[in-house]
Amino acid sequence: MYTPYPENMMESIKKVEATREKRMSTEPRRLTADEKDALLKEFHPDYNPDAFAEIKVGPNKGQKAPLELAEMLHSTSRLVNDKVDITKVDYDVDVLVIGGGGAGSSCAIEAHNAGANVMIVTKLRIGDANTMMAEGGIQAADKENDSPVQHYLDCFGGGHFAARPELVKRLVMEAPDAIKWLNELGVMFDKDADGRMVTTHGGGTSRKRMHACKDYSGAEIMRTLRDEVLNRQIPVIEFTSAVEIIKDDKGQAAGAVLLNMETGDYSVARAKTVVIATGGAGRMHYQGFPTSNHYGATADGLILGYRAGVPLLYQDSIQYHPTGVAHPVQIQGALVTEKVRSVGAQLVNAEGEAYIHPLETRDVNASGVIRECSEGRGVEAPSGQKGVWLDTPMIEILGGEGTIEKRIPAMFRMYMKYGIDMRKVPILIYPTLHYQNGGLEIDGEGFTKNIPNLLAAGEAAGGIHGRNRLMGNSLLDVIVFGRNAGKKAAAKAKEVELGTMNLDHVASYDEELRGASAATEEVSPKLLPKYARHER
Amino acid sequence: MENMVNVYFSGKRYSVPADLTIMTAMEYAGYTWKRGCGCRHGFCGACATVYRIKGKNELKTCLACQTQVEEGMYVASIPFFPTDKRTYEIEDIKPTQQIMMELYPEIYSCIGCNACTKACTQDLNVMQYIAYAQRGEFEKCAEESFDCIGCGCCTVRCPAGISHPHVGVLARRLTGKYIAPETEHLANRVDEVNKGEYDELIEQIMQKPITEMQELYNTREIEK
Repeated sequence: MYTPYPENMMESIKKVEATREKRMSTEPRRLTADEKDALLKEFHPDYNPDAFAEIKVGPNKGQKAPLELAEMLHSTSRLVNDKVDITKVDYDVDVLVIGGGGAGSSCAIEAHNAGANVMIVTKLRIGDANTMMAEGGIQAADKENDSPVQHYLDCFGGGHFAARPELVKRLVMEAPDAIKWLNELGVMFDKDADGRMVTTHGGGTSRKRMHACKDYSGAEIMRTLRDEVLNRQIPVIEFTSAVEIIKDDKGQAAGAVLLNMETGDYSVARAKTVVIATGGAGRMHYQGFPTSNHYGATADGLILGYRAGVPLLYQDSIQYHPTGVAHPVQIQGALVTEKVRSVGAQLVNAEGEAYIHPLETRDVNASGVIRECSEGRGVEAPSGQKGVWLDTPMIEILGGEGTIEKRIPAMFRMYMKYGIDMRKVPILIYPTLHYQNGGLEIDGEGFTKNIPNLLAAGEAAGGIHGRNRLMGNSLLDVIVFGRNAGKKAAAKAKEVELGTMNLDHVASYDEELRGASAATEEVSPKLLPKYARHER
Repeated sequence: MENMVNVYFSGKRYSVPADLTIMTAMEYAGYTWKRGCGCRHGFCGACATVYRIKGKNELKTCLACQTQVEEGMYVASIPFFPTDKRTYEIEDIKPTQQIMMELYPEIYSCIGCNACTKACTQDLNVMQYIAYAQRGEFEKCAEESFDCIGCGCCTVRCPAGISHPHVGVLARRLTGKYIAPETEHLANRVDEVNKGEYDELIEQIMQKPITEMQELYNTREIEK
């Protein structure tokens, strides 16, 4: 017998196996709207009142934010103590893109297309981004039984009717063109022999519109975009982080102060338009959750945008992906793509019950896992982490032998490195911090509120997904809003006349912090998580 | 007491818990990563690493984030390696054997040592995909190289100076753009959107009150 897990886990697997045949013949019931609401209120981490603090300064003063984000909003700019001569300009461009992920790269390509002098600065390398790690797919309503209107309904409803209609409209209406654009850049989508896209469901979709590139969807998109940026010889300044936006005396954005991550030296970029495409915040580890995010996901863009005067939207709404790795400990928190459920695996508790439909929206499924574990129907891994089963052997039974290696090779590989063959045994999962639903507030054209030549795109922007994002709408969002930001930033740059550059907003924000007695001992943005252990 | 092992980072010994990865073990030892750390989940290729187990001859390659520490492991991270990417206009090139000869002629200097395949952190058959590229079999090259994360361990070990990941990217872009069959339903939908066929419908749904949207959403038919 194949026994890759300790005894208690193998005992539970016997129950999972015993119910498998019966479970396969019945689809678990979908929850009613009221049942979903009740489950969320009781178990979703966003409803934990102890995990949030009041914002004391700035445009969202009086609202709540996760403790860790509030701490960064209340921390001191590096430039309060480090004096940088911003009259000495090191880079002078039309469009400055902060961030080298999917949104930043799409933005740079479109700005370049429009003839702008565009430059990317990025804290790590181009492509070190959550886009690279997106596994499951990208939504677009491009099949006969589907329409952008149906996509709108799924996105808006899945986000609890809180999304900004003008943003959802752009997302769904430009989705087919985003896929076409990527395809023409050479992204290899899964297609059948006739060229039809192989599409599946994601949680909360009413049509099968999830396009994929195996389970390397984001990686395939990101490496293609990166290749294209490099082909165009768009300057990419790596290991260089923007630490503040520079403004001018007209209140416009005028560039950014940059920090070389390796030497600690500052430099100055002047730009007629600035795009914040800095991504997410998983490495803030809200509520102590592990994360599926990349090393640099520390909400930097939110901090520098906020200090410059841009309001946040839904900064208190966080996505916990229902299926992060619970065991083995070496990869705890790593993402197990929703596609595993799209291709047939059910969520099953310690007793072998399929306690929920596997393709409810992410917030609902995450809450379901937490409920099962906190009510004693979870399985304990050797690390002490509890979880429920994702019944992967079902995939091979449903789709035929070889389906796992063909459709989800990255997942198969990740587990096989630890001797776990998911074709034969289920895998143990628990929610992982995955996505910031909110971000900098933008209008339908991608511009931030208040500052006419500052844009935001990708995960750093808020309002597109309301209070819960559907699978496959984030890869879509980075492409749609990244491209849009590039076009708009390039056009806007032609009409912007910059005045005298200054950092007055940084000083006045700091005064406000001191005035409110809210200043912490820390500096922000965070830039990198503090993982190093020091004995003394 | 936790089960500890001795590992050597750039030759210096540290005692670390045995269940850590190389990446988290270095953090346990007090290091803060700048280079050599990216997604931390095996998708970005930032943490290419070489190691040797004390007393053994074989030099191994791995991803620091996906590899558990072992007793006697001598580890060096590869923070950067100068691979050689050639630039091209994707719109202007064609999927012919000629393009590989023009852009990556060094692939024809492959001596068949298979060091690339042995070095691959994803267990890909790297030498095979280079062979497909040599023959202009781009679709096969694309398929064989598809799971490449570009860590560059193959390139570090190649005596012919080939930058394998870039060859794979070129083959995949050629395949995705020129060789894979075209998607009619996609072209049609883009066309319909551009012609404004959904403009009125989308404006209508945007205007609906929340209660009506809730009703629509909660009763929508879900494709089986």
